[in-house]
Amino acid sequence: MKTYQKLVISLFLSTTLAGCSLLGGGDETGSNTGVDGANTSGISDGSDYSGHPLDNPSSPLSTKVIYFALDSSVVEPQYEAVLAAHGAYLAANTSVAVIVEGHADERGTREYNVALSEQRAKTVQNLLSLQGAAGNQTEAVALGEEKPVAMGHDESSWHLNRRVELIYPAH
Amino acid sequence: MLKTIKKVLLLSIMFSFAASAALKIEITQGLSTAQPIAIVPFSSEPVIGGLAVDIAQVVSDDLARSGRFKSLSRTDMLSRPTTFESVNFRNWQALGQDNLLIGQVTAGLNDMLLVQFYLFDVYKNEQLMGFSMPSSRSGLRNAAHRISDLVYEKLTGQKGAFSTRMAYVTSTQGSNGKIEYKIQVADADGYGAKAIVTSSEPLMSPAWSPRGDKISYVSYERRRSSIYTQTLRTGAREKLHSFKGINGAPSWSPDGSQLALTLSKDGSADIYLYNVMTRAFRRLTRSYAIDTEPNWSPDGRQIIFTSNRGGKPQIYKISVNGGKASRVTFEGSYNARASYSPDGKTITMVHRVNGEYRIAILDLKTGFTNVLTNGRLDESPTYAPNGSMILYSTKDGLKSILAAVSSDGKVRQKLRLQGGEVREPAWSPYKQQ
Repeated sequence: MKTYQKLVISLFLSTTLAGCSLLGGGDETGSNTGVDGANTSGISDGSDYSGHPLDNPSSPLSTKVIYFALDSSVVEPQYEAVLAAHGAYLAANTSVAVIVEGHADERGTREYNVALSEQRAKTVQNLLSLQGAAGNQTEAVALGEEKPVAMGHDESSWHLNRRVELIYPAH
Repeated sequence: MLKTIKKVLLLSIMFSFAASAALKIEITQGLSTAQPIAIVPFSSEPVIGGLAVDIAQVVSDDLARSGRFKSLSRTDMLSRPTTFESVNFRNWQALGQDNLLIGQVTAGLNDMLLVQFYLFDVYKNEQLMGFSMPSSRSGLRNAAHRISDLVYEKLTGQKGAFSTRMAYVTSTQGSNGKIEYKIQVADADGYGAKAIVTSSEPLMSPAWSPRGDKISYVSYERRRSSIYTQTLRTGAREKLHSFKGINGAPSWSPDGSQLALTLSKDGSADIYLYNVMTRAFRRLTRSYAIDTEPNWSPDGRQIIFTSNRGGKPQIYKISVNGGKASRVTFEGSYNARASYSPDGKTITMVHRVNGEYRIAILDLKTGFTNVLTNGRLDESPTYAPNGSMILYSTKDGLKSILAAVSSDGKVRQKLRLQGGEVREPAWSPYKQQ
């Protein structure tokens, strides 16, 4: 859960350097406790940004959350480059796996939202495989409205919750 | 960027009896035609140590929640008879009461108690009912609900549902910031809530077995969805075989032999039937669209479900033997999570009106849709086993709470239960006698 909270925030902090603890308010090396209580630690080896492609803020690979319209599982054009980059990255790194985690906002019924969030995840999964990602590199997981990132009950929260997160477990 | 993710999945089955939940029931809309009834405090002088339960108050609260009764305030009572001989009917007539309930608790055999009660028609000066039932000390609330059932049935002709229970999902943010999910079971009036399962990952979709002895639910405790069936008495549970993709929306067949559920193992979400004895899965729907939220007709022959095969979510029905599904709902652009009334004549569902999600009833014969609630985000409607009320979840400010509405929409109430966000109520079937 911490992983994707970081990822969501990283979308907005495009200039943040990897190695920083994103939720730690600029604490370079410390550990921190996030909203969900999971503990993470940044490891600083003393060198500069190592340039892992998934963290490169100037690469579309640094975007790992994409957002959807209400009741829709259509990927909007601004995310095509992002998914193309992730697909190509997976195709080039066949040992890397990604969890494609679909979510919905709170409107509508809970089990329907699970299915809707799976449709979103599968749309993304298909786009990744079009770029050459193998079937065993991606897994779609549907969480419906059960794990919102924003807790409000209006569109400003809802649009953040209608999302698919690309989670690289080994990263 | 390297990270250590510590993910500890905490899951424990709770056996302990939690203290009674702090509970507040607020009747937000009542009936002007509610029947006046006087419920006199039961006497219990001969019982050593007194009683932990005010039986008359429990009965009074039960009847008030139905919206069909209005009970006389104790301070307005001119006398407090506990035996037939001491009843003066004219006193109660003067107070405008139609009916009078009196009773007493005495010590019985083997540390049991004996609860006796009498119901009178105040104007006819006659006894309508007299009962004597043994009860343990810890069973007094149940005895009180049983009295409510008998009084309700005598005076309305409809079986009471006060001795039933409800299951629901809660989520609370702990002091460590982690969200804790629980499925809880409480009496129909919200008392005696006990968690049957606790997890640090989402729990969803509790569904009662028709005998009321088991609850199936969806758990994400392995970070993927799985369906479990748990026996309430022992806390033991069994995981159904789980497939890649969705494992969700369990619904018991009326005879308890099968579960309808949603799987997406063959592509999109479809409805499957699971045979409890053979553990075999049989695919029921085959569409490229979403098919989910199955629910059985009371005769066990049809299944209604939500599908967006027509573009928007609507309710469809299909024979349990398969075949072609036919569309059931036509009003509005969003109808979902339907369930049959106990008599099979209507379904209740989530119905979108002007962008707001409300609880509605569709009359299957006339095709008429009646919107019962006025919230923005109402969901998860569940019929009482006598069809009189529908329990659902709604927003109270920012918080999710349970609410109930009578199936004619005339009586509404909010139930404020402990446990953070409260949602997905499931009303139990009648207790097996």
